[in-house]
This record gives sequence, C-alpha cells and structure tokens, in this order.
Amino acid sequence: MFDSLTSKLGDIFDGLTKRGALSEGDVDAALREIRLALLEADVALDVVKDFIEAVRQRAVGEEVLRSVTPGQMVIKIVHDNMVEMLGGDGSAGDAPGLDETGVNLAGPPPVAIMMVGLQGSGKTTTSAKLALRIQKREKKKVMMASLDVYRPAAQQQLAVLGEQAEVVTLPMVMGEQPLAIAKRAMDSARREGCDVVILDTAGRLHIDQELMDEVAKVSAATNPIETLLVADAMTGQDAVTMAREFNEKVGITGIVLTRVDGDARGGAALSMRAVTGKPIKLMGVGEKLDELESFQAARVAGRIMGQGDVVGLVEKAAETINKEDAEKLAKKMMKGQFSLNDMADQLAQIRKMGDVGGLMGMIPGISKMKKQMAETNIDDKMIVRQQAIISSMTAGEREKPKVLNGSRRRRIAAGSGTSVQEVNRLLKQFKQMGTMMKKMGKMGKKGLLGGMGGGMPPGMMPPGMR
Amino acid sequence: MNEEPKGGWLSRLKQGLSRSAAKLADPITAAFTKRRLDAAAIEELEELLIGADLGVATASKITGNFARTRFDKEVDSDEVRTALAEEIEKILEPVAKPFTVDTDLRPHVVLVCGVNGSGKTTSIGKLAWQLKAQGLTVMMAAADTFRAAAIEQLQIWGERTDSVVIAGKPGADAAGLAYDAFAQAKRQGVDVLLIDTAGRLQNKADLMAELEKIIRVIRKIDESAPHDCLLVLDATVGQNAHSQVEVFKDLVDVSGLMLTKLDGTARGGVVVALAEKFALPVNAIGVGEGVDDMRPFEARAFARSLMGLS
Repeated sequence: MFDSLTSKLGDIFDGLTKRGALSEGDVDAALREIRLALLEADVALDVVKDFIEAVRQRAVGEEVLRSVTPGQMVIKIVHDNMVEMLGGDGSAGDAPGLDETGVNLAGPPPVAIMMVGLQGSGKTTTSAKLALRIQKREKKKVMMASLDVYRPAAQQQLAVLGEQAEVVTLPMVMGEQPLAIAKRAMDSARREGCDVVILDTAGRLHIDQELMDEVAKVSAATNPIETLLVADAMTGQDAVTMAREFNEKVGITGIVLTRVDGDARGGAALSMRAVTGKPIKLMGVGEKLDELESFQAARVAGRIMGQGDVVGLVEKAAETINKEDAEKLAKKMMKGQFSLNDMADQLAQIRKMGDVGGLMGMIPGISKMKKQMAETNIDDKMIVRQQAIISSMTAGEREKPKVLNGSRRRRIAAGSGTSVQEVNRLLKQFKQMGTMMKKMGKMGKKGLLGGMGGGMPPGMMPPGMR
Repeated sequence: MNEEPKGGWLSRLKQGLSRSAAKLADPITAAFTKRRLDAAAIEELEELLIGADLGVATASKITGNFARTRFDKEVDSDEVRTALAEEIEKILEPVAKPFTVDTDLRPHVVLVCGVNGSGKTTSIGKLAWQLKAQGLTVMMAAADTFRAAAIEQLQIWGERTDSVVIAGKPGADAAGLAYDAFAQAKRQGVDVLLIDTAGRLQNKADLMAELEKIIRVIRKIDESAPHDCLLVLDATVGQNAHSQVEVFKDLVDVSGLMLTKLDGTARGGVVVALAEKFALPVNAIGVGEGVDDMRPFEARAFARSLMGLS
C-alpha cells in the first residue's frame, strides 16, 4: 500500500527511460505519480502543487522531447528543481569558504543565536552541537543558556551537554524567568569575553500566544543575529503551518533539520523552505555532539526523491569498514578467490553498519531489491543466522566448501541452530556471489555495482542479491 | 459532547483539534456550499485529508467510500463533513481502547518506547498521575540512561505524582536497571511499573537491539513481562509513523499507542491510516504539558474534531 518513493519513482522512470520520446501525456502521468510520491514523503500539499507545476513547465515541450534520453531528462529536471527549491545555490550552507557553518556570526560580540521550535524537535541537543561546532571550527568562545523553565530538568540537560562539549553554560538560578535569563546571559557573556551566546528556548506550540510573546520579548532584548527554527525531519503536513507561524511571529533566519539520520524521507524540509523562504542551514545526523553538518540540498533532494543518500552511505561505510581489509577483499573478489571466511567478514561488516533495510535505502536505485529482500526475508536476523552457520564450520570447510557433504551439513545445521535447508541456501548464495564476482572481476575495477550507479565500496555487497 | 463542563478535557481537546480542524474544515466549507460531487470535488476532498496526514491511500479510500453513495449528487459542506467523520470514526472505533491495569499482576509492567522527542517521559508522568488517581501504586524506572538529564526529568515527574523512581547513574545498563526496578516493584507489591526508555530512531539496529535486551532481561523475572509495551507517537510526525510502528511492533511487540502533542495544529491524521494498517489500540492521547493533560482516545470525538464538527 505504501510503496516507498524510491520504488514508485523507480517504476515511473523505468517506464520513461525505456521509451525514445515523451509525449505530454507521459510527462503528466509521471508527474501524477511524482505528486503522490512527494505527498507520501510528507511534502506539504501546496508545495507539491507548486513543485509539480514548475516541473511540468520545464519538462513538457522541447527540452525533453529533443533530448536523447527523455527519462533521464525528467529525472534531472525533477532533481534540479528540488535542489533549487531546497535552496541549493542560495543556501549559506553550500557556500564554500565563506563560512562553513552557514551560520552568521558577524557582529559586535557577544552575538546571540536563538533556538526555537516545537517540543521534542531537538533544540537542546542542537544547541550543544552548534556550540561545539562554532567553538571548534570558528575558534570562538561560546556560552549556552537554557531559557526552558517549563520542561522538568531541561536546564540540567543543557548543563550536562555543556560539560560534554566543553562549552560554558550560564549557571542556573532557580525561579528566574526566560527574559531575565537571556539578559543575564548576554551580560555575563560580555563580562567573560564570549563571542557567541546560544539561547536554548523552551519547546512551544506556535499557537501558544503567551509563549510566542515571551520568545518575541527575548528576541527584542537580545537582538539575535540568528534565530534558528529547529524542526524534525519526520514532521508531516503541519510543517508548513508550524514554520510559517514561527517565521511570522518570531522572525526566523534559518532552519535546522534534525534526525536526518532516521529513515524519514524528509519532505518537510522542502515544505518549510518553500513557505518561509529561509535557508536550511544545518542538519543533525546523529545523537553524538559532533553529528551536525552543513545542509546539503542535493543530498536531501536525493532522499526525498528516493534516489538514495549516497553521501550518507559512503560516510557510513568509511566509518565502519577498515580500508585495508576492504581492498584486500576486493582483490580477492576480482580474482575469484572468495571463501566463506570472506563472506563471514562481509556479513559482520554489514551488521556493523546497522540495519540492512536502512542501509539499502541509502543505495540509489535499490528499492526494488529492497522489496525482493523483504520477500526473501533477508534481514538482520537472517544475517545473524548466516553468521552462525559459517561459525559452525571448521576452518577447512570455510576455505573449501566443496567438502560439505550431507552429514557435515547436518552437523553444521545442528551446531548453528538452523536447518539443513538454511545451510544449503547459504551455500547456494555463496556460490552465486562467487560467480558474480568473477564476472565483475572481468568487467574491471570500475565499481563493483557500477550498473547500479551507486559506486559501492568494495566489501559491501549484501549476500544473496542478484 | 456539549454537556461537558467548560474547560473540561473534551473542550480542551476540541480547542486543540479545532485549531487544526479550522484549516481543514474551512476549505471544505468553501468548496462545498452546495455543489455537485464530481471527480474534481472528490479529488479536492482527498487532498484535504492528505493535508491532515492521513496519507494518500487512506485518504482516497475514505473519499472513495463517501463518493460511492453520493457521487453526482448535490451535497453541502455539513453533509460532507459529517459523512467523512463517520467514515473516519468507523476506522478508529476498533482501536479506541483505554489503557487498563491488571491489578493481579503486581506489578503490571509497562515498557514505554519511541523515537527521540516523541514525549515518552512526559507521557509516563501523566500516565502515573492518572493511575494514581485510580488509587493504584506506581513505580517508575529511569531506563533512559543515555540522554543528558533524562533521569532528573523523570525524577521530577516522580515527585509531582508522588511515585517512587528507580534510577541509576547516567550511562548505566538500561536492561539491568529495568531488571532491578522490576524486582523491587515485585517485592513491594506495586501495582504498576512504568519503564522509561531512551529515545531511539527505528532504523538504528544497535539501539533497537538494546530495547530487545531490556525485554529479554526483565523476562528473567517474569516470562509474560512486559505486560504492555506502549509506543509514543508524536502527532506532528507524518508518514514516517508507519515505519516507526512497523519496526517497533516487529521488534518489541507493541501493545498500544500513545499519541502526543495533539494540542498543536498537527492533526495526527496518520493515526487513521495506522488504525487501518496495524489495528493497534490507541491507549491515550496527550493534549498538553500539564500533569492532567492525558486523555482516553475517543473515536467519535477525534473524528468529528478532525472534520471541524463539534
């Protein structure tokens, strides 16, 4: 029922690429599917409409009809438009050299940065991440102050994070109100020679007039150079209302998208950008304090479109895969010398990288395989069982699987708590992998999965994928 | 619905929902002050439901059901709203089940899980308050040992609700802590044990494994624990809620949902799609940050509020 955007667009574009020329009707049919897919990716309805209209205008007509591969042309137009709408060129986060964080710090110190957003959007964690980033990259002294006097232990949370990040936090005073805290923070930053003050405000609903007034007062008193709206990448259709109201009532200067490391498509990013016109400056990509990155429009566009987060995949792979091991393995693979030991290593690496499904989602064009995998039940648990099977073999058996006769297979099944069928299946997969690798070895070193356009690092091939 | 006292929970829920519903309902009013229900009109209706996070599939199913009986007839906005609300109510009715405690268990162990920032700790505080009001004894376990000051946050809720909080040090093993809390709750004959867990995104395999471990470990005391596993869902979340429910349900056998932050403009419409797809009970909703801002989920009220009807 809820096909992923990846597979939907995959189907459409498969259809498009197979044809020589595109009629207006083709484009319309594709755009209708794209519209649905974008809605399922949580892009707000009005934004989807504008987007589709823009793409239609560019796609229908000569540009596409004259191009050699019309399908690719449409993909490109959709992608370019998305990047543009996300603020690709104008986005400060993408301007290299100027200021890497994309966060404006120019002004007589101390400059204030105010973080606003709904409850649970990740303001406090983002405040600490941003403080650490500015302190590290810009070599500026940062002070953080929590203005959240409502949520229990919110101020302690910022204090603890401050210790972890080695960023100064304003000492707490019981019963002090947000406006007073903000003023005290600015005074004390001035005295202590801080360059930047990050004001972490309480989570609030944009319809809570009292709290919105409060944040407006803090803003007036501290005159923040940046007012960043912190918003969850998982946000649904309400992203438009929320972002618009925050922008109108508080006047935001930018957006921070959090939980980009989740598996949400992040269509809210497009909605918020479109409705406020404010750049998305940063994105949170993990729970650790250094996991805050400049916003990359192309990367997020790829995700929304379901083309996969290639950058994220490569980064993740680089983190977990030992480069030398991978190269060694790649050489072995090319030569066709691939043993069950190597397969076990691969399985371990895949598991290290986390959920197989999530990983697959990052690979472009793989959604169909993902479906197949779901059907064949290739998941984390299966990998665990496969590892158990290989662990139950002797060293000799792993090097030379040919010796595995019926009785050995029964022993292995018993030893690994699996069945002979599962052992057989694994051996069959192993055989297929070997054959495939030999073929690829012949194709040369140009990317093991070059055909998928993914530039997959060696050693990352999940088993059983054909 | 109208006999509720002013400022009662229903009016507060309505207040919250109607803010959201106003946006949903007004275009309906505008589009349907008597008009023929043709294909274009149906598509407009479908889009309005999509705008409330119901998702494409559910939205088209609901409007489809509606269109089947009234296609090409003259309809007005009230009729449309009432009819759609009825369709939505039908879907929600089977999942509207309040959370109940089995007092024979002593303790009835409730594991509370969800993604980061969904409102787990606040929901536990509010749930404890409610259970206390029913005359039950409540213990809380601060098994979110990861997030900064999560333990302190739960402890404050413990003070507010006059419940015992079992807590360890930050960074301690969550499963071990849950085990200790369970053992202690059992010794003391506490009615309910609420276990607060760290927020985790459902695509993080290692964090999900940690949650499975908590369950594995507390089952060493009682095979049937946890007796309930509540997934806390933020109403502002869009279609990713499907993925959240699917993965959590798969790994930790979720017994019910708690829908939070319904006092904003987000309509939580995704819960309609979830009801269709997973049929998991919605045990409670959150409509504010106050200690008494938890409500039972009522299908009719929710559906009607969603459509801007009182």
